[in-house]
Amino acid sequence: MNKPLRRIAIFCGLLILALLVRDNWIQYVQADSLREDTNNRRVAIARYATPRGNIIVGGDSITGHATTTGDFKYKRTYKDGAMWAPVTGFVSQSYGANQLEYIEDGILTGNDDRLFFRNTLDMITGKERAGGNVVTTLNAAAQKAAYDGLKGRGKGAVAAIEPSTGRILALASYPSYDPSTIAGGGDSDAEAWKKLDKKNNPDDPTLNRALREVYPPGSTFKVVTAAAALENGLYTDADEKTKSPLPWIMPGTTTPLKNEGNIPCENATLRAALQYSCNSVFGKIGSDLGNEKMLAEAKKFGFTSEQFTPVRSSASVFSDDMNPSQTALSSIGQFNTAATPLQMAMVASAVANDGKLMKPYMVDSLQAPSLDPIEKTEPEELSQPLTAKNAQILQSMMETVVKDGTGKNAQIPGVKVGGKTGTAQHGENNSKNPYAWFLSYAKLGDGSTPVAVAVVVEDDKAVRDDISGGGLAAPIAKSVMEAVIKSKK
Amino acid sequence: MSSASNPSTQHTSTIGSIGTPSRRNTELALLVFAVVIPIFAYANVGLAINDQVPPGLLSYGLGLALLAGVGHLTVRKFAPYADPLMLPLATLLNGLGLVVIWRLDQSKRLTNYAAAAPRQLMYSAMGVALLVVVLIFLKDHRVLQRYTYISMAGALFLLILPLVPGLGADVYGAKIWIKIPGLGTLQPGEFAKIALAVFFAGYLMVKRDALALASRRFMGLYLPRGRDLGPILVVWVISILVLVFETDLGTSLLFFGMFIIMLYVATERTSWIVFGLLMSAVGAVGVASFEPHIQTRVQAWLNPLREYQLSRAGTKDGILHSEQAMQALWAFGSGGTLGTGLGQGNSDLIGFAANSDFILATFGEELGLAGVMAILVLYGLIVERGVRTALAARDPFGKLLAVGLSGAFALQVFVVAGGVMGLIPLTGMTLPFVAYGGSSVIANWALIGILLRISDTARRPAPAPAPTPDAEMTQVVRPS
Repeated sequence: MNKPLRRIAIFCGLLILALLVRDNWIQYVQADSLREDTNNRRVAIARYATPRGNIIVGGDSITGHATTTGDFKYKRTYKDGAMWAPVTGFVSQSYGANQLEYIEDGILTGNDDRLFFRNTLDMITGKERAGGNVVTTLNAAAQKAAYDGLKGRGKGAVAAIEPSTGRILALASYPSYDPSTIAGGGDSDAEAWKKLDKKNNPDDPTLNRALREVYPPGSTFKVVTAAAALENGLYTDADEKTKSPLPWIMPGTTTPLKNEGNIPCENATLRAALQYSCNSVFGKIGSDLGNEKMLAEAKKFGFTSEQFTPVRSSASVFSDDMNPSQTALSSIGQFNTAATPLQMAMVASAVANDGKLMKPYMVDSLQAPSLDPIEKTEPEELSQPLTAKNAQILQSMMETVVKDGTGKNAQIPGVKVGGKTGTAQHGENNSKNPYAWFLSYAKLGDGSTPVAVAVVVEDDKAVRDDISGGGLAAPIAKSVMEAVIKSKK
Repeated sequence: MSSASNPSTQHTSTIGSIGTPSRRNTELALLVFAVVIPIFAYANVGLAINDQVPPGLLSYGLGLALLAGVGHLTVRKFAPYADPLMLPLATLLNGLGLVVIWRLDQSKRLTNYAAAAPRQLMYSAMGVALLVVVLIFLKDHRVLQRYTYISMAGALFLLILPLVPGLGADVYGAKIWIKIPGLGTLQPGEFAKIALAVFFAGYLMVKRDALALASRRFMGLYLPRGRDLGPILVVWVISILVLVFETDLGTSLLFFGMFIIMLYVATERTSWIVFGLLMSAVGAVGVASFEPHIQTRVQAWLNPLREYQLSRAGTKDGILHSEQAMQALWAFGSGGTLGTGLGQGNSDLIGFAANSDFILATFGEELGLAGVMAILVLYGLIVERGVRTALAARDPFGKLLAVGLSGAFALQVFVVAGGVMGLIPLTGMTLPFVAYGGSSVIANWALIGILLRISDTARRPAPAPAPTPDAEMTQVVRPS
């Protein structure tokens, strides 16, 4: 009987061996994918097991943490959550995370590979694990000016950039929400979350209008059209008379392109055309240059591509399949043209920075829990939409707009401000209230330009006539610029 | 014996039976480790969860030491030549099981069994008591041979019990429990396993020649005669019935596998293995084709994540969806190579049966690959000692019984551990000695008792032959 017994012994050995092999498979080969499976609740438990790192603005953190009961030990809290929501996004025990909280999650939770060495050291020395910090480029005073300005006006958004570097200084959206209210996992968080849902809240407070909403830019787009005219050599000087009949009939149609009111647009100079915001002049420029050249210039300013700040912004729109009359309408910021507030701030910033467009970014550096720097963002040139000479021509035109034209509300004593107003129609047959736009930059006495800003206000309650970029949006831009200038001193 | 006393044969013989050491002191030394390791583990859990040495450490340690001590002294007295490894291995596994059960008692997520560890300690005491009873009253395992057919009747009775209305309890789809009012639940299948092994051993010992020799050769295989197929068909039918009525794939597989192993050992005919595999495949596929419970288990095995999501979504399609298979896999994966450390994992997410059927997942998460491999090797060692006992046994009944019990033990470990680790579909069985459950612990201690008895008989020195007058005559007379 001993021969079969030995075979049975081998068989039993094989059973155990099969178990050992399987164990190695799930606990060694597949261990990482099982451990990091998002369905695995341990992922969420570990995520909230340590205090999350903070998001820093100007040396102060705009976030914090609180302890909770249940599986998750800590939850996120926000200071002035509604004001900073477009910058931070949210992180919630129940609903995950988005925007900056999501993108920099690795650093904030301390799970990032770049923290591995420190984490291992901490584990050996028995220190509690902690998350790193994200230091932003934002300017608290500018953000507050932007948010407060919007709050007084209704829906809208503000984006402000430092032209020489691309650092984002303000990023406000209104109406907003306080991410603290949905950070936990309780019933009140669920209720708040439900209320924020677009289906239950037509205001859509969680929408980051500064980055993710595209608005028809209206007359502010004329800055791009002017740049295209100069760059393509259609006109070479701000004070050269343009070939602009009045009324100007759009090619292929019998319709004249109307101006707002009775303004001196016939054969106006570029300076005057921008100052009075002549649709006929810029529409004809767009039509003369053609779809292709206009699109090329718009692309150089950043249109049609998403920006990663690192939070993604929506791509602004300038179509590539338009006939001359559609191109004319698009060149005055109507028809299909649509831009995010960040995009229009980039336009102002490129002009202000002598034609160089810097890549916009909001994360200055990442810090380890010990505050040691891990990574620093360096300014990066994105493109050069116009030459320095043409940029200076355009600057002088925009400064005229603020000094003598539609943008008088943005004047700041002792500071050279260049800007452009816009009033964009939207809705069927322009039935809805138009958007009020203003984009501008401020130039100091020493020649530096610390800020470029774009403001859009969509106000359902305002009387239609009151809506003009100069009236509603310019004061907000002004206070943002003032806040930046003040914090520079 | 004679070799030692007779100088003339001193150099020719290898080892005389008198030289067989009892190895009781080896066993005692090993038992010390088997008690101390769980005590440290217990302290570890307390420190990890409550930052203090658990207050029950002393009583728990004493309890385990007492069990080990009683077991050891009984073996020393009543089975002095028994295998020295089995008792320490079983004690270590039982002790580690107690630690992990206590650790799961501390879980805040699992509130439905807050005091399982003290009960398990009580069951362990009952198990060791049964071991003592077996060793004291079963002087020779061959006595069991007399009860061959009584064992069969007893095994069938035990198997049918869960089907008796009012007595059986359906727990999550498997009907393998019976309810005893006031005492709790009992899994008769665990005891039926031992009774069946006794029956098979007794029956096969008698019939093995007929089964082995009377056969026809066909395609290189020795096919048994039709009339000899009877017993294997009966056992097969019983296994299928267990599968159909109790919807318990594991027990069914265990019984049939045990029978095939013993049949093979008894007859030395490979054809039985081929037959057995064919029949179990036909049976399993046949039953699975119409039994939804088995189908669910197979589905959960093939796609545990989908089953998890269905369970989470509360899908109600008449089938009980369980997230446990996936939760167990996550527990193993999250443990990784070295584990999180005792008390620091989240294996309690498995929920129901975390401390019984799924207890290996807690080992996986908290002790890691290293810990689970160690546990599996401990089981491997028990099986190896059991098969070795079978090899050493001098009588065919002892050989068959030892290999049947060891083989069943190995199959049970494979079915449970393989199921929890996703190697095979999950079935409701308990990991011997480690998992929470009175029936399992008590029955397995009895199993160890029987193996100890067989090994004691096998290793015991042969009784000295009666001195013959001839020996006297040829004695060398030394000149003075």
